Amino acid sequence: MSGPNKNYDPVEVTPLHADEVERTRDEALDAFAKAADLAALQEAKLAHLGDRSPIALANREIGALPPQGRKEAGQRIGSARKAINEAYAARLATLEAEHEERMLATERVDVTLPWHTPQLGARHPLSLISEQVADVFTALGWDVAEGPEVEAEWLNFDALNFQPDHPARQMQDTFFVEPAGSGTVLRTHTSPVQARSMLTRKPPIYVICPGRVFRTDELDATHTPVFYQVEGLVVDEGITLAHLKGTLDHFVVSMFGEGLEARLRPNFFPFTEPSAEVDLKCFVCRGASVGNPDRPCRTCGSEGWIEWGGCGVVNPRVLQACGIDTDRYSGFAFGMGLERTLMFRNGVEDMRDMVEGDVRFSRQFGMEI
Amino acid sequence: MRVPLSWLREYVELPAGVTGREVGEKLVRAGLEVETVEEAGAGMTGPLVVGKVLSYEPEPQKNGKTIRWCSLDIGKDEPQWVVCGASNFEVGDLVVVVLPGAVLPGGFAISARKTYGHVSNGMICSSAELGLGDDGTHGIVVLQPGEATPGDDAIELLGLRDDVLDIAVTPDRGYCLSIRGVAREAATAYGVELKDPAALTLTGSGEGGYPVRIDDAGACSVFVTRTVTGIDPKAPSPRWLQQRLVMSGMRPISIGVDVTNYVMLELGQPIHGYDKDRLSGDIGVRCASAGEKLMTLDDQTRELDPEDLLITDDSGPIGVAGVMGGASTEISESTTDVVIEAAHFDPIVIARSSRRHKLSSEASRRFEREVDPELPRYAAQRVADLLAELAGGTIEPDETVIDTHLLPKRITIRADHAARVAGAPISVDETVAHLTSVGCVVAKGNESGAVDGSAEMLTITPPSWRPDLRDPNDFAEEVIRLYGYDNVPSVLPKAPGGQGLTVSQRRRRRIATALVGAGLTEVVSYPFVGDADFDAMGLPADDPRRTTVKLVNPISDEEPSMQTTLLPTLLRTAERNVGRGSSDLAIFQTGLVFLPRPDAKPAPLPAVTQRPSDEEIQALYDALPDQPLHLGVVLTGARIPTGWWGKGQPSTWSDAVQVARTVTASVGVEAQLRNVELAPWHPGRCAEVSVDGKVIGHAGELHPKVCQAFGLPARSGAVELDLDALIAVGPQSVTAQPFSSYPVAKEDVALIVAAEVPAKDVEAALAEGAGELLESIRLFDLYTGEQIGEGKKSLAFALRFRAQDRTLTETEVAEARQAAVQVAVDRFQAVQRVG
Repeated sequence: MSGPNKNYDPVEVTPLHADEVERTRDEALDAFAKAADLAALQEAKLAHLGDRSPIALANREIGALPPQGRKEAGQRIGSARKAINEAYAARLATLEAEHEERMLATERVDVTLPWHTPQLGARHPLSLISEQVADVFTALGWDVAEGPEVEAEWLNFDALNFQPDHPARQMQDTFFVEPAGSGTVLRTHTSPVQARSMLTRKPPIYVICPGRVFRTDELDATHTPVFYQVEGLVVDEGITLAHLKGTLDHFVVSMFGEGLEARLRPNFFPFTEPSAEVDLKCFVCRGASVGNPDRPCRTCGSEGWIEWGGCGVVNPRVLQACGIDTDRYSGFAFGMGLERTLMFRNGVEDMRDMVEGDVRFSRQFGMEI
Repeated sequence: MRVPLSWLREYVELPAGVTGREVGEKLVRAGLEVETVEEAGAGMTGPLVVGKVLSYEPEPQKNGKTIRWCSLDIGKDEPQWVVCGASNFEVGDLVVVVLPGAVLPGGFAISARKTYGHVSNGMICSSAELGLGDDGTHGIVVLQPGEATPGDDAIELLGLRDDVLDIAVTPDRGYCLSIRGVAREAATAYGVELKDPAALTLTGSGEGGYPVRIDDAGACSVFVTRTVTGIDPKAPSPRWLQQRLVMSGMRPISIGVDVTNYVMLELGQPIHGYDKDRLSGDIGVRCASAGEKLMTLDDQTRELDPEDLLITDDSGPIGVAGVMGGASTEISESTTDVVIEAAHFDPIVIARSSRRHKLSSEASRRFEREVDPELPRYAAQRVADLLAELAGGTIEPDETVIDTHLLPKRITIRADHAARVAGAPISVDETVAHLTSVGCVVAKGNESGAVDGSAEMLTITPPSWRPDLRDPNDFAEEVIRLYGYDNVPSVLPKAPGGQGLTVSQRRRRRIATALVGAGLTEVVSYPFVGDADFDAMGLPADDPRRTTVKLVNPISDEEPSMQTTLLPTLLRTAERNVGRGSSDLAIFQTGLVFLPRPDAKPAPLPAVTQRPSDEEIQALYDALPDQPLHLGVVLTGARIPTGWWGKGQPSTWSDAVQVARTVTASVGVEAQLRNVELAPWHPGRCAEVSVDGKVIGHAGELHPKVCQAFGLPARSGAVELDLDALIAVGPQSVTAQPFSSYPVAKEDVALIVAAEVPAKDVEAALAEGAGELLESIRLFDLYTGEQIGEGKKSLAFALRFRAQDRTLTETEVAEARQAAVQVAVDRFQAVQRVG
């Protein structure tokens, strides 16, 4: 290094010549550009930006210049250093990006491979549908009521206006609990839960009762001795058949889609009067298959309607047996089989699939019906 | 009830050309359950004609058959020549001939064809070929002499083309077990006049008929006898009558029997006919005495019960009233004098007898649903008329009529009652019109004709054939169904605000969701079990789970009990799945178990006219077994399958225990565990699961013998928990605790303890000693082996310390660690393992 030029002798220092600075800069830029990887770039950085690099050395010479020359030389060196630094940073970024890209490329996996943590299991569709029904009605402000499966005969029959020797009582093939005369049975329907609701709650009563019921049928493709029902009961002031229809229409839309409706056909049940069967407008053909042989509908058998359940205005005798003032209150009730609902709604063809416990059946549904 | 449309048309002027299907649809809308509409003879086309056999030549064939080459008069100039394989006819007989160009039932097209060396121009038909079923003749149909003229259309003559409505009659509509009742509904549905088949001229004198004595007037309020003498027992029932019986599902037998059946179908009144010569003395009606026996028409000897109502004569019982007659007095092929019985019996008495003898007859089905008490005289008249007309009998004018039946009860209801029940604007005039059309007599006003209070009233007398019309709502139903359910508006009622699912309902859903998240699949199975299940589970003889609620009439005698544990049915379900190739299983089921109460008394049957007393309600509940909701789980096969990640892992006892932990945690409760011995689990690998100090179930590996008994892979696991008990102890609400943002200090502790000391207890000791600076503790290693000696194990725990308000000093942490170890040392003689 030269000593300070105290005599203001304008010594010409070679490294500070404009063309020399330019050359130094260009060499650095060139070296960076040629650096093929990060290691080579570090080497080039040491050579062209390090303490012993030409530009660093040139910078030190500035101090030796007379004051009037320092400014110009300083600017020249400064701009060259800036260019070199920028070139380095740019090259570093490029090479780092390239490096990362190469590395990530080597880490590529096959995302379709399976993994060993347990797969999600599945609910049984009967549970899912009964929860869905419960949700529809809790959204309306109703409660979900439940009761036991071994039930008092009085609650299963007598309270519901099934008189002891009436043929209606024989229509439901009943499992009786030992000893004979115990007065207890396996409930043949979820209706005793209605009776319990009326005995334990005060009107207004709005309850939905899903549950398992029993009848002495042999298991075949369309029958099972153990099956699931859901029943609804409303007891309030001024309840009419129109309210029953409105509720069923809402239920149908909630379960099967907009634009559908329920239809009532007169029928007989001891616990309701008037009574009706509930039909559901076919959610597949919406009636278009009726009288149209070109468009047959498997779901409704081209009837346009699907038989769904039973319903009616609660027989005042039932209200009476449960201690409800029939002058003030009236009610309606409805009920349907959940297996049957699944059969036509979800295309289950054989009742046995629902009761045999084959996991493949539940797994088709997962957690959604 | 099977209703041929042609028969219905006789009493209702249905629109011309209306089909059975259309009538069925109308009746369905009116509340009859029309199950099917059969189109008998549908697709059949003529010519099908009556032919008279002019001649025939028997021609033996090589195949051993003899055919007949017949010439027939079919009302044309030239005889028709056909080949016939049957031989049950003679020259001069009238037969049914199908001619070329016709189509028989089943799409069987007829053409002239060459057979057995002749050209057969058609065919003589058998009953089966005409779609009438096998008549047992093994030959062709031979008509009665003079029944028809050659050339007559046989389709019309034989009534081959008809629609038959099959109606499932509900218990309240007994009157529809008759053509008369269905015709009434059809007439109303079409708005046309009903020609009542019971509107007959009574020719009897009302007295002096075959003597009858009724001892039990409560059970038999009407008893009518008519006598017809001198009938020709050999007279065949006319074809139209036979055909109607067949279409209605009954078998023609003889003129006497056929006529009584015909009238029963037509009017709904069961009739019994006695051979007068076989009756001895007065007919009596009384209850049976113990030990009495009767051979009924079906040739079965029946032990009679004192509650059975009997028809008797001097010889003893001759029939179970309203159910079935006796063999000794039945009409036979030699009967010439017939005593006709038409009576009205109490429905409950008949229903009980019918059930007691497991004998459901056409008569009992009708009496059970109650028959019109005003019918007997008319029905007896109708039978007598038909016997006289068809079998040449003479009707005796003497007639026994005992009639104590009560008139239908009148009722006064609000005139707008039907409208109020329906929630529809049904006017009073409409209400009156509809009630009138079902046969009610309606008067405006109350009994005295006055207006009652503010509301307009109607006083209604129901018709004799509608005993089901008693209450205001019964009348409302009649009005609304005729008004049309479709015309009732649809209004969604507004419930008061609800609170959604109960805590228990929400938690059950959460448990199921957690199980599914843990990879388990829900299944359902029947709750029926038997001793074989308990044996397979290895339950000791005195195990409380062997004490069950039993069924009187189980589906299978092998499984007479209701489950006391979910495991047997779930293990069988697992076995079925494994058998079907799903060998890696994780299944669960929730369901009630049924635990008998040793002190249970029979459930009472309180009166239904008012709310039972609180004591009665409690007695109803107390009669029932306890029915807690259980969860069952079975795990079998691989929990982690072998895969590209490496070797798989079978599910083990610890997977089962972990399921129990998952379940309790999903409702915010920590499970406490301890080793116990309990079937069906492995004696050393069964965890008793408790929450809040209460045992709620068990989890672990199944006993090897149980795996074997249920055909499951070795080391399968199972869990059974009482969900009701678990859910009951879940938190009411959770209060948030503040958590520290100061640094954590981590310390590891390894302790050697006796092998039988539960890890959880050591952990609890450490936690107790560590005090409140301890944030968490976790067992991270378990070691047994030579280095620490036999009967010992080393447990390594990771402890994390943290304070709410400061960074802990090294000294504080060291002290807390030492305090923790000290408790374990004192309590379990634990030795700290170093290095």
